[in-house]
Amino acid sequence: MSEEIKLMKGNEAIAHAAIRCGCDGYFGYPITPQSEIMETLMEEEPWKTTGMVVLQAESEVGAINMVYGGAGSGKKVMTSSSSPGISLKQEGISYIAGADLPCLIVNVMRGGPGLGTIQPSQADYFQAVKGGGHGDYQQIVLAPASVQEMADFTVLGFELAFKYLNPVMILADGIIGQMMEKVSLPLFQKRMTDEEIKEKYPWAAYGKPSHRKPNVISSLEIESVEMEKRNQRFQAKYRKIEENEVRFEELECQDAEYMLVAFGTSARVCQKTVELAREQGIKLGLIRPITLWPFPKNEIAKYTSQVKCFFSIEMNAGQMVEDVRLAVNGKTEVAYYGRMGGIVPSPDEVIEFVKTKMV
Amino acid sequence: MKEEIIIAGFGGQGVLSMGKILAYSGLMEGQEVSWMPSYGPEQRGGTANVTVILSDKRISSPILNTFDTAILLNQQSLDKFEKAVKPGGVLIFDGNGISKPPTRKDIDIYQIQATDKSIELNAHKSFNMIVLGGFLKLRPIVKMESVILGLKKSLPERHHHLIPVNENAIKAGMEIINKI
Repeated sequence: MSEEIKLMKGNEAIAHAAIRCGCDGYFGYPITPQSEIMETLMEEEPWKTTGMVVLQAESEVGAINMVYGGAGSGKKVMTSSSSPGISLKQEGISYIAGADLPCLIVNVMRGGPGLGTIQPSQADYFQAVKGGGHGDYQQIVLAPASVQEMADFTVLGFELAFKYLNPVMILADGIIGQMMEKVSLPLFQKRMTDEEIKEKYPWAAYGKPSHRKPNVISSLEIESVEMEKRNQRFQAKYRKIEENEVRFEELECQDAEYMLVAFGTSARVCQKTVELAREQGIKLGLIRPITLWPFPKNEIAKYTSQVKCFFSIEMNAGQMVEDVRLAVNGKTEVAYYGRMGGIVPSPDEVIEFVKTKMV
Repeated sequence: MKEEIIIAGFGGQGVLSMGKILAYSGLMEGQEVSWMPSYGPEQRGGTANVTVILSDKRISSPILNTFDTAILLNQQSLDKFEKAVKPGGVLIFDGNGISKPPTRKDIDIYQIQATDKSIELNAHKSFNMIVLGGFLKLRPIVKMESVILGLKKSLPERHHHLIPVNENAIKAGMEIINKI
């Protein structure tokens, strides 16, 4: 399904994949470490080829509201930013979720809180999987661990967004965004025509034809009874997503006595940790959640009787560890190890920590 | 085969592009490659470094604490990364501006006078290719043809006329690397 192997940064892979998968519009505002997404789009000038709009908005808030508008008209639209900018977008994301609209949001995380640092971090886990904005909503969260997955998840993210009419976030970090690896880009798909959008998305607001009532897209519902019904519908959708869309990867789990759980860059560090541990005769495995919401809780729970301890390895103060603990439900020990503020834990540090828990 | 390399020096010495050309050369041979730069303000002066991994197997962590080879092009980088070379590994440094040369006994240390050579060749911008030549002489992990292809892939077309200059610089580098 793909072409020649190229070498590029994760951020560049997202831009190329967006053009190729028929994205209609990108709206963003520059911030390190993800500025190459918009830079690559500007260099590629897709408005001359596929007709895709690329626009530098006046602010992050402007960009997410342009996405809200584009999504409301049935278009395949996206935005990207890094942690402080993603915080600014939260109101818009809540509105998009509340209006049942599809879109793709990319967060190439850096260390916080506040303006923080430009170095890689995973400290926006809670924000991404537990809401971020207000209200009872969920977004699907995909966590790439390679440049290839940056490209693949751009395509997958749009597919899921339109399948469930829900925002999808790619939660990457400065390492995945900045490093270059081999990537095989997706094949070109045509953008949908306006006619196709009218046919396929009867909810889209593209101008009212005479034969039907206006399509109203809003997250506002003054009547509580109606608002509760709407919430029940959202919750039913979220249960369906939890049932169908859990994605994860296992490494050396079969005979593991100790189990690492890590996503994104931490998972790459943990792959190396597993290699080193196995050389030393330690039966260590790795579960890598690919969807952070829905979280692979059953897949982790499966190992509670087999392993002596789970280790949540993160580039934050211990966020995903809470979901690992919920999955394990007290049946075995769950420990956390991590670094903060833009520091990446080393495989040696992780293995030394694992050893402190070995009996 | 797996080679884990750190290249470090001043911003502007061509550290990142040297790593990129090496990564592209590996790509041309179908190897697994990763290229992870220090990013942000370091790219514009100060110190820059890049971790390059070439391997015939899937690469786990793109971030490393220890390296098979360290190519260190200023004093700050030597101070920081001399200790990060694995025992039995290789350290290459350019003697220009170095007041405290490396001292470890459990690694192989090589000096390359690439700054002097680039001045002699009147090719300042090829400094990094001279260093690359020195490295490839010691660790021929990619073929010369692949490096030329890698140069073609990583340089914009308007710079392709410079490829012969770069090729000469690589060859010159191979001649002037000496064990300490």
